Amino acid sequence: MNAALAEARPSNSAFDVEKVRADFPILSREVHGKPLVYLDSAASAQKPRQVIEAETRVYEEEYANVHRGVHYLSQAATQKFEATRTRIASFINAPDENEVVFTRGASEAINLVAFSYAAHFLKEGDEILISELEHHSNIVPWQLAAQRNGAVIRAIPICQDGQIDMAAYADLLGPRTKMVAITAQSNALGIIPPLERMIPMAHDASAKVLVDGCQAITHRPVDVQAMGCDFFAFSGHKIYGPTGVGALWGRAELLEAMPPWQGGGEMIARVGIEKSTYKGIPHRFEAGTPAIAQVIALKDALDYVDGLGMGAIAEHEAMLLDHAVRRLEAMDGVTIIGTSPAKASIVSFLLDGIHPHDIGTIVDREGVAVRVGHHCAQPVMEYYDIAATVRASFGLYNTLAEVDALIASLEKTREIFA
Amino acid sequence: MDDLRDLYQEVILDHGKNPRNFRHPEDANRHAEGDNPLCGDRLTIYLKIGHNGLVEDVAFEGRGCAISMASASMMTEIIAGKTEEAARALFHRFHDFVTGKEEIEGADDEDLEKLIVLAGVKQFPMRVKCATLAWHTMTAAMDGENVVTTE
Repeated sequence: MNAALAEARPSNSAFDVEKVRADFPILSREVHGKPLVYLDSAASAQKPRQVIEAETRVYEEEYANVHRGVHYLSQAATQKFEATRTRIASFINAPDENEVVFTRGASEAINLVAFSYAAHFLKEGDEILISELEHHSNIVPWQLAAQRNGAVIRAIPICQDGQIDMAAYADLLGPRTKMVAITAQSNALGIIPPLERMIPMAHDASAKVLVDGCQAITHRPVDVQAMGCDFFAFSGHKIYGPTGVGALWGRAELLEAMPPWQGGGEMIARVGIEKSTYKGIPHRFEAGTPAIAQVIALKDALDYVDGLGMGAIAEHEAMLLDHAVRRLEAMDGVTIIGTSPAKASIVSFLLDGIHPHDIGTIVDREGVAVRVGHHCAQPVMEYYDIAATVRASFGLYNTLAEVDALIASLEKTREIFA
Repeated sequence: MDDLRDLYQEVILDHGKNPRNFRHPEDANRHAEGDNPLCGDRLTIYLKIGHNGLVEDVAFEGRGCAISMASASMMTEIIAGKTEEAARALFHRFHDFVTGKEEIEGADDEDLEKLIVLAGVKQFPMRVKCATLAWHTMTAAMDGENVVTTE
């Protein structure tokens, strides 16, 4: 049946998933004596050999600190390090590579804006809108900023299908709205908010918009200029790159007006004991020695996905999601949370009478890695009045057979609880 | 599959589906909320402690996985009628046992013996917190702390 289903679909001939899988060494391992079925890429993606080798190569052949030395290795490392900045700019179509700030990840990128922009440019009574779909990383930094300056956080509600309540959003926007922080794709439900409408509405209200692109950037092409946002944050590890590195893109005029948020080496022009002057953007926001090898290898991750084509990846993942939804819907007692059609690569669901944690433990013994819990998005769980869901998330290396393995493991769970 | 059958024994599934003493007693004089932030499970333990230090009534409400619900349900059955001291002592031994610090084959204690069905969690380190949440919450209620978290 499943093979037939697969054949019935238009083939994505440019995309050879078996060839892709061969690039990911970890995918050939077993877990509990069963082939690994990794359906947790939304938490962190596995790494292709190209990225692993790039990071190793840095340490074996190219390593030195960046931006300091006059010696050969330091200059070479600096060039490679900066080449990633240029690569990120082209990957997200940023107008200027100096608008790309390296961070530890998306969380730090959002914290940077919350501390440097929001804490300085927002005042008491100003409003920050965040949606109920947000990951904790796009909630808590704003709370911390608001505690400093007396700004007020207001929640953009969601509807039963998991999509943004646009009427409520329109009502919330007003003269006091100064910042809208919104995800380009919910990590818990996979829902894609209509940013093409939301961003212009925010700008009409003279608010700035920060987009959490952590999930979205792995599933479809990103163009920050077409999107029209003011800030865009993402993490390297979710796009098949190393951990410990991510980036913030921000409009140059905004970044230039923002004060430093962390002090240290690398970000200064001249230091006196009582006073210092700072470098321009982006280095002003990059205090301390960065994750050099990881930044360099992030370029290889972006090259890797670009080589496959973000469009082809999106098409492959849409096929997986479609198959997963169909098979889940065909099972008794399955409730999918977040049914809006504007969705990619993630399916969050419940099985009647069986707690997600029990499901997670049982399917794990079948080699199937899914995430169970609140997915760092407790407001979403509160909206649906549930404690947790089971989340299967698909990456470019997953197959229809793996979706079927998930379903089989869920059926086994049913048997145990029968 | 053997590990799973050990973890999800009939008794556990039964307590998980039909938890005993799942109620809020009007005359409870202690209570605490237990929270397992990892999975979002939450339960409230209610105790009625008599002047003599006896647990006269114990009940719970909340939601969680089969392991946490079963453990809470079994706990209410076992500690009712015991002294606070005895209930705490039993938790100590139960804790040592599910964390693998103590082996109890054919336990010397009939209460502990009833809890042996939860021994399966030893093979699932991430689930030990599920099995102990109700117990931590019970001792918190006895200590007058109203909120306890496993993290």
